[in-house]
Amino acid sequence: MTALGLNEPAPVSFPEKVWRINWGLVLVLTAIAAVGVVALYSAAGGRFEPWAARHGIRYAGALGLMLIVALIHPKVWLALAWPIYLIAMLLLVAVDVVGKIGMGAQRWLVLGPLQIQPSEIVKVAVILVLARYYHNLRSNQAGQFLWTLPPLAIILAPVALVMVQPDLGTAMMVLMGGAIMLFVAGVRLWMFLTAAIGAVACLPVAWSFMHDYQKKRVLTFLDPDRDPLGAGYHITQSKIAIGSGGLFGKGFLHGTQSSLNFLPEKQTDFIFTTYVEEWGMVGACVLLALFALILVWGYSIALRSQHHFGRLVAMGVTAMMFLYVFINSAMVMGMLPVVGVPLPLVSNGGTAMVSVMFACGLLIGVNVYRDAQLPRSR
Amino acid sequence: MRQDRGDGDRASLFTRRALLLGGGQVLLLSALAGRLYQLQVVDTDRFATLAEENRINLRLLPPSRGLIFDRAGLPLAVNRNNFRVMATSDRGRGAEMVVDRLDQLLTLGEPEKLRLLRELRRSRNAQPVVVRENLEWEEVARIEFNAPDLPGVFIDLGQSRDYPQGELFSHIIGYTGRVSDEDLAGRDDPLLQLPTLRFGKKGVERSLEDDLRGRAGAVQVEVNAVGRVVRELDRTEGQPGTNALLTIDTDLQRFVADKMKAQQSGAVVVMDVVTGDIIAMVSTPGFDPNQFARGISQTEWRDLLDSPEKPLNNKVIAGVYPPGSTYKVVTALAALDSKAIDPWTRLPCAGSIKLGDTTFHCWFGGGHGALNVVEALAASCDCFFYEAARRAGVDRIGEMGQKMGFGRLSELGLPGESSGNQPSRIWKQEKVGKAWQHGDTFNLGIGQGYMLSTPLQLAIMTARLANGGYEVQPNLLLAKATGREELVPPSPRDKPTAPSLRINPQHLAMVRSGMDQVVNSSQGTANQLRIDSSGKLLEPALRFAGKTGTAQVKRITERERAMGITQEQLPWHLRHHALFVCFGPVDNPRYAVSVIVEHGMGGGMTAGPIGRDVLVETMKRDPSRRTDGFRKMASR
Repeated sequence: MTALGLNEPAPVSFPEKVWRINWGLVLVLTAIAAVGVVALYSAAGGRFEPWAARHGIRYAGALGLMLIVALIHPKVWLALAWPIYLIAMLLLVAVDVVGKIGMGAQRWLVLGPLQIQPSEIVKVAVILVLARYYHNLRSNQAGQFLWTLPPLAIILAPVALVMVQPDLGTAMMVLMGGAIMLFVAGVRLWMFLTAAIGAVACLPVAWSFMHDYQKKRVLTFLDPDRDPLGAGYHITQSKIAIGSGGLFGKGFLHGTQSSLNFLPEKQTDFIFTTYVEEWGMVGACVLLALFALILVWGYSIALRSQHHFGRLVAMGVTAMMFLYVFINSAMVMGMLPVVGVPLPLVSNGGTAMVSVMFACGLLIGVNVYRDAQLPRSR
Repeated sequence: MRQDRGDGDRASLFTRRALLLGGGQVLLLSALAGRLYQLQVVDTDRFATLAEENRINLRLLPPSRGLIFDRAGLPLAVNRNNFRVMATSDRGRGAEMVVDRLDQLLTLGEPEKLRLLRELRRSRNAQPVVVRENLEWEEVARIEFNAPDLPGVFIDLGQSRDYPQGELFSHIIGYTGRVSDEDLAGRDDPLLQLPTLRFGKKGVERSLEDDLRGRAGAVQVEVNAVGRVVRELDRTEGQPGTNALLTIDTDLQRFVADKMKAQQSGAVVVMDVVTGDIIAMVSTPGFDPNQFARGISQTEWRDLLDSPEKPLNNKVIAGVYPPGSTYKVVTALAALDSKAIDPWTRLPCAGSIKLGDTTFHCWFGGGHGALNVVEALAASCDCFFYEAARRAGVDRIGEMGQKMGFGRLSELGLPGESSGNQPSRIWKQEKVGKAWQHGDTFNLGIGQGYMLSTPLQLAIMTARLANGGYEVQPNLLLAKATGREELVPPSPRDKPTAPSLRINPQHLAMVRSGMDQVVNSSQGTANQLRIDSSGKLLEPALRFAGKTGTAQVKRITERERAMGITQEQLPWHLRHHALFVCFGPVDNPRYAVSVIVEHGMGGGMTAGPIGRDVLVETMKRDPSRRTDGFRKMASR
């Protein structure tokens, strides 16, 4: 251990901050968004309208937002964590009460010209609040059971609200993302084991609370041939599209499954399928490698952060990206039940793009301010 | 010191756990890659096939069914445009709404609505379902007008059969219906899988089915997920069905039908004795084949099926009756040809003849005295033919019967033909289980007992007798044409091309002369039919010969004979069948006619006048000389 006084960093100049932004990561994100534009262009039958052009513009805007967020000092986020969380929760409640019906579930909130999906905001909010909580906790407290109860409440409250909508995908993501944060924050392993056992024991109860369409999805996942023309249709067609793409794909704009509308939701949750049908396994691996690069960056940023808040935020964002990519691609390949999780930066959809880029901004911010001094608030 | 000492600990715990987590994520990402490998490399061929099956849809193009004309080129069966409402839906999605709206527009009714919903939900790959066929123009307009509110509904132009002559040709043309499993047997034409295809069920529609149907074209189309055609990939044109020119003369057919109108049930067939062409063929009552083309209702079908006059049966080929005295032609020929009798042999008739305990009566109780074969035919003396049959024997009679076409199916080809029965010793042993008796031979000699024939077989017999012993076969098809080739009318034939039956021509001439006397001598049983009677001009060219017959439906008991109960006093269904066969002109026979009037009592009384009028009309029209139908059909 070096002397404490030497830990005091020199103030960082603005050009230095800009230099510290992980421009490689920005490049990777842009590459992924470009894949999104290409896939959406193809999904629209070789047209920029209605999705691809807006996707690109939206990305440009989100990129600006990300850079701004990256340059904001973490102490601001530390201070804003709870307000953001509370606002997100209020919006969730509002969605449950007055939300516009979309896709059979209440997920949208219309604010003037904006349609926002509070469940996307809540993913970031939970990361911030959990990071703040464990940042302020003493090292020995993090492992203790009693100190684990408040974070559980922080996670489960929004999970309950999104389950009501019902939005199984977001609920799963918040739950698993939260669990990952608790894990790296140092919660004892026995608690995870107990929770896992408890979850398995509660499965029948959860089953009885599930909506019919959710039950159907689970059953269909377990046995897609149960109903090949009904609920299993989507997953069957998606597998056909991916499989028929082969090693090198059918070629740009030559995907028959997507252009002839055999694919459901081809511009949102099933965009991966649309892309992979045309670009094959090679294209799929390139895209997954790009996402893997983000993870690598995320880990390196988390491990290099000098403050716990930064570590946890970086880890939370990385976990969120991983969960997005894994759940979405596993779902379209028939490895997981169909739940509404988009592929970040590729699927069409504004709120998800903004929340992902916001989160990436936080991640990069951790790097920019990796040696900032963040006192505990207590 | 702002950061507590614990930060180092939690940082290293964080690092450990983060690395652990990273390892887990690498594993999961590898699982994704493995899955990609499985789908895109290992199973790619299977999925590629499935994708093609999704994308490409082979649709059959049904050819238009061949048309049927009479010998003058008059259309008998044609195709009419049939506007159908079809509906598709994506696995039944939104089907209720569409069906409800269709119900408002077309008043489908509850059962129809349920059927539609069921079929829509079941239909794979959004295959269209037939909502209603044979739409009125107004209904088509109504559907088209409301098209925006009827997603997946469209009007399809198909063809259905129309029979312009209606009932007049019900038994000849027959009708078409949905393909049955039976129809599929032995045919692998993909057309038969089309739900809208209609298949010949009866009559010529059936016998010429494989010609009339034509060959399917096919179009390969790319379809999207709701079955809508995106573009055409490949197209093979089909071939329309072959047109058929029948031997029937519609005017004569109508003439015959008019003559039969007065009769409750019966059959007439007119045949060209040289070519075997069927000029007219009427079985009454008939039915309207258009009922079947439109879709017959359950009650209409039951009515037709349950009627005692069996309107669905073509009695010319499917009705079997004892030929009665008309069969004496065969007995006479058998006796003469086997030299059992010679032309001068005179056999006595005392009104009845005893065989053991059984008395065989002659229809003329007073007895005819001694007659030769010509006189016996003219007077239709039963006793002469009992004895002639006895002398010739059942085997010789059976042999001659078969030569004349009895006991076997003709080559007409219409479905439902009966072979009748030409009894023999072996037949009786096998079917009845008893040995052949002399009495059986007596009965056979006058066409009673086990002997059964169809009106067509009687016409064939008459034709073969009239044409000088050639084995003509009845024939309904004058020509087939695809409508593209040059049709050359055949030159009229005057000599039969059929093989000879090897019957002594003198014997044939003798029997013909007997039949001539039936009509034209004062002793003849049908003398009232001669054409110079009732003030008509004697026209030698129209002179014809015939033979009456009366087929017992019920044995005349001794009691009835004693009481002198007449046929008129019996209920209709117990009265004798009246038969009459004739040919003309006598000098150079060209046409043969066979008539049966069910329960018409005496052959000369009811069947005779019909036969005479039909034959005379035929001879006057002489349809065998007319070949204009060829030109008319070729120009279509």
